[in-house]
Amino acid sequence: MVTFQFVPYQDIEALTSAKRINKLLNIVKGDRIVIMEGRLRKEEEADLIEITMEEIGSKFRGIELSVIYPDKTKLDAMQKLRSMFTNMILGDRQGLTIIGPASIVKRIEKDPDKIELFTKDNVNSPRYRGKRKNK
Amino acid sequence: MVKTFFRKFFKKFNPFNKKANLKVGLYGPPNGGKSTLANRICMDWLGEEMSSVSHISHETREIKIKEQVTIKNKKGKELMFSLVDTPGIATKIDYEEFLKKGIKRTEAKKRAKEATKGVIDAIKWLDNMDFVVVVLDATKDPYSQVNITIIGNLQARNIPVLIAANKVDLNKASIDAIKAAFPQYEVVGISAKYGKNVEDFYDNLFKLVN
Repeated sequence: MVTFQFVPYQDIEALTSAKRINKLLNIVKGDRIVIMEGRLRKEEEADLIEITMEEIGSKFRGIELSVIYPDKTKLDAMQKLRSMFTNMILGDRQGLTIIGPASIVKRIEKDPDKIELFTKDNVNSPRYRGKRKNK
Repeated sequence: MVKTFFRKFFKKFNPFNKKANLKVGLYGPPNGGKSTLANRICMDWLGEEMSSVSHISHETREIKIKEQVTIKNKKGKELMFSLVDTPGIATKIDYEEFLKKGIKRTEAKKRAKEATKGVIDAIKWLDNMDFVVVVLDATKDPYSQVNITIIGNLQARNIPVLIAANKVDLNKASIDAIKAAFPQYEVVGISAKYGKNVEDFYDNLFKLVN
C-alpha cells in the first residue's frame, strides 16, 4: 500500500525554509508520499537535496522529487499580470510538488504536464517475502 | 539570499578579482560525463587527465580543481580559468545499487557515504562559480527534477550557463529534447568521450565567458 499525504500551501506558508523542509522530509521519512500545493523556492529545492543527503543512512535512502508547474511562457500579458498579483497576495500556490521516499518510489517521470510515478515492489507484502524465501 | 548578494557585490567591485581567477564549474546529474569532459578539456589544453571516470555512478565524490587551464579560440584569443569538476547531484544514494555493480558491501557503504558528502559539497560550491557548464546525458529525459533544480539555482544566482548535451555519439541521443526543455540556454551537442564537436563547445565557452 502506498500512502499519499496532501500538504496545503497554508500549512507551510508561514514557516521558515528550514522548517518547511523538515516538515516535508519528516512526512517522507514516515514512508508517505507528499503531494504539496505549490512549490518550494529554487534555493529551497537545493536545500532539500542537501538536507536529504545529510540524513541518508541505513533506513533512509533519499527521495524522488518532481514539480509540475504551469508553463508561464504560454500566458498572455494579462494572464501574467494577474498571476503576478495573485502570487504577491496569496503566495505562489501554483503547481504541485511530489516528494516520495526512494525506498518506495522508483522514479517519477514528467512529460512535462503529466506525471508518472513508478513504485518499487512492496517489500513487506507476503507475496514478496515468499519470493525472497524461495531464492 | 543576502549572503549571495554581498558575495556578488564584493566580487564585482573587488579590484584584486582578476579575470584569471575565473572558476568554470561542471555540474549535472551522476554519469552525465562531467569528468569525461573535464579530462577532454585538460587533455586538449594541458596534455594531462584530471579525474578518473567509471560507468558506475558517483565515481567523482569530491570537488576537483584544475587551476590555470588556458584555452584558445580560432582567432588566437586566450581564456584562462580554473576548471572545477563536481560530484553528480542526486536526490537519492543507495549503497545496494553499488552492490549490484559488483562493489563489495563495505566499499559500497563507504562509497555511498562519500557520495552524499560530495552532493552536499557540489551544492555548496555553486556560490563560488563564475560560469557553469551543465553536462547532461543526451540519451536521458532532460525533464528530471535534478536538472531543473540545478539550472533553476544557477538562474537564481545569475550564473551564466552553457548546456553540454553529452553522448551524442549514441543513437538514442536527442539534443532537441534538451533544447526544448531549456530554451533559454545555449545547448551544444558533444561527445566528450570521442571528442566530437568539442571545437564548437570551446567556441561557446568563449562566448559564455566574454
